[in-house]
Amino acid sequence: MANYSTNEFKGGLKIMLDGEPCSILENEMVKPGKGQAFNRVRIRKLITGKVLEKTFKSGESVEGADVMDTDLAYLYTDGEFWHFMNNETFEQIAADEKALGDNAKWLVENDVCTITLWNGSPIAVTPPNFVELEITETDPGLKGDTAGTGGKPATLSTGAVVRVPLFVQIGEVIKVDTRSGEYVSRVK
Amino acid sequence: MSNVLWQPSADIETLRHRAAIIRRIREFFYDRDVMEVETPSLSAASVTDVHLATFSTEFVGPGHAGGLPLYLQTSPEFAMKRLLAAGSGAIFQLCKAFRNEEAGSHHNPEFTMLEWYRPGFDEFALMDEMDELMQLVLGVESAERLTYQQAFMNALGVDPLTADISTLQQLATEQGFADIAANETHRDTLLQLLFCMKVEPTIGQEKPCFVYHFPASQAALAHICQHDERVAGRFELYFKNMELANGFNELTNGKEQAARFSEDNQYREANGLKQVPMDERLIAALEHGLPQCAGVALGIDRLIMLAMNKQKIKDVLAFDVERA
Repeated sequence: MANYSTNEFKGGLKIMLDGEPCSILENEMVKPGKGQAFNRVRIRKLITGKVLEKTFKSGESVEGADVMDTDLAYLYTDGEFWHFMNNETFEQIAADEKALGDNAKWLVENDVCTITLWNGSPIAVTPPNFVELEITETDPGLKGDTAGTGGKPATLSTGAVVRVPLFVQIGEVIKVDTRSGEYVSRVK
Repeated sequence: MSNVLWQPSADIETLRHRAAIIRRIREFFYDRDVMEVETPSLSAASVTDVHLATFSTEFVGPGHAGGLPLYLQTSPEFAMKRLLAAGSGAIFQLCKAFRNEEAGSHHNPEFTMLEWYRPGFDEFALMDEMDELMQLVLGVESAERLTYQQAFMNALGVDPLTADISTLQQLATEQGFADIAANETHRDTLLQLLFCMKVEPTIGQEKPCFVYHFPASQAALAHICQHDERVAGRFELYFKNMELANGFNELTNGKEQAARFSEDNQYREANGLKQVPMDERLIAALEHGLPQCAGVALGIDRLIMLAMNKQKIKDVLAFDVERA
């Protein structure tokens, strides 16, 4: 993998830090008029998702990370792995629990997810921003109640728990924002 | 319709304010009988400062068929000192300065500098004058003053003048710069890192702050103080996380200046940096005699950012480097 000097740093560049692939979020040069220049960089660790700030001496080089994003359709889980397929080449990839993290609960069959590969292996799975899931369990709401009273918890077919308005019932399909985990609307 | 980005980086209203501030600065100096001067942007020599990268070009024309190498000036300092040596008296200049390898929210490779010199002033008298200019332009209270040692100790509890390299490495590690600290063998690089990242955010937040008596190892073109040889007659002005100005009680000794330039070039050679021809004309002028004086350079774009509460330098430039 190529090395990148601080002059090549920019948002989106993937580099290795402490043996872990990272993505640069922001890069700012800090330089006293008389003195050494530094780069203050905000970095996201791609495996843990942790964001941290790191300072480099300008002119230093760091190793690039062989990281790429690929869009794959979710097929099924066998309990240990989650299987995805490239809809064009039909090539399949299996991601483990570590790569899925909390996102397993947003996987809907045939939905296209973004799989982040490091040296060819999946390290993160990003579901679509919005998914549609059926409610399998929730308390019956009071008749005539409308949105805006804080709602009630509802369990979805994947096991995810989301707050929904009181009028939403078991068996209904709802749209959820996977980034915030919030209810968006009912799906007719 | 074309997608070419032709519009200015700053809005026109900002540029109007900018013009008004620059006019006020000129009047400030006219009122004090400080003469406005213009010196070359292109010069045969340049700074040897190991942390400054220059732009260079070549003049081809009458008398120079083979090409005369020229540098775009990183500041007008050397030429202005030659005017002082020739008897100009107090002078100021508003001009463009050029520094390669610098771009960011506080840096543009081409920027506007205000530089002025006061024969007979020491650094404290010059700080007084600068303080008045800041109050005029920014409408702020009189600036606070701290020695470099005080500012550093207040923020980090370590004496920057006496701490050895291992103490500074340990301090930098504790402050979150373990990777840099592990490989750094220059005391000044560690001091600059800690000062930039950890001291600057603690000073000059409410009103501007002068930091004076920089370590002698970072004297640049300032004289070394007689009362304490560990420090130099160099000061900086900070306000709201911005380094605004750098000033010197000027080194007037030509031999010492030449020695410092040679030292820079030796460092450049040892560290794989390009050597820069020493400005022999400046050395000759110093040897002829530079009157005792103090001088300071102030970044006008940053001053205007502060006056107008703008976050990025491009917000106050007609066209930043991405649109130049």
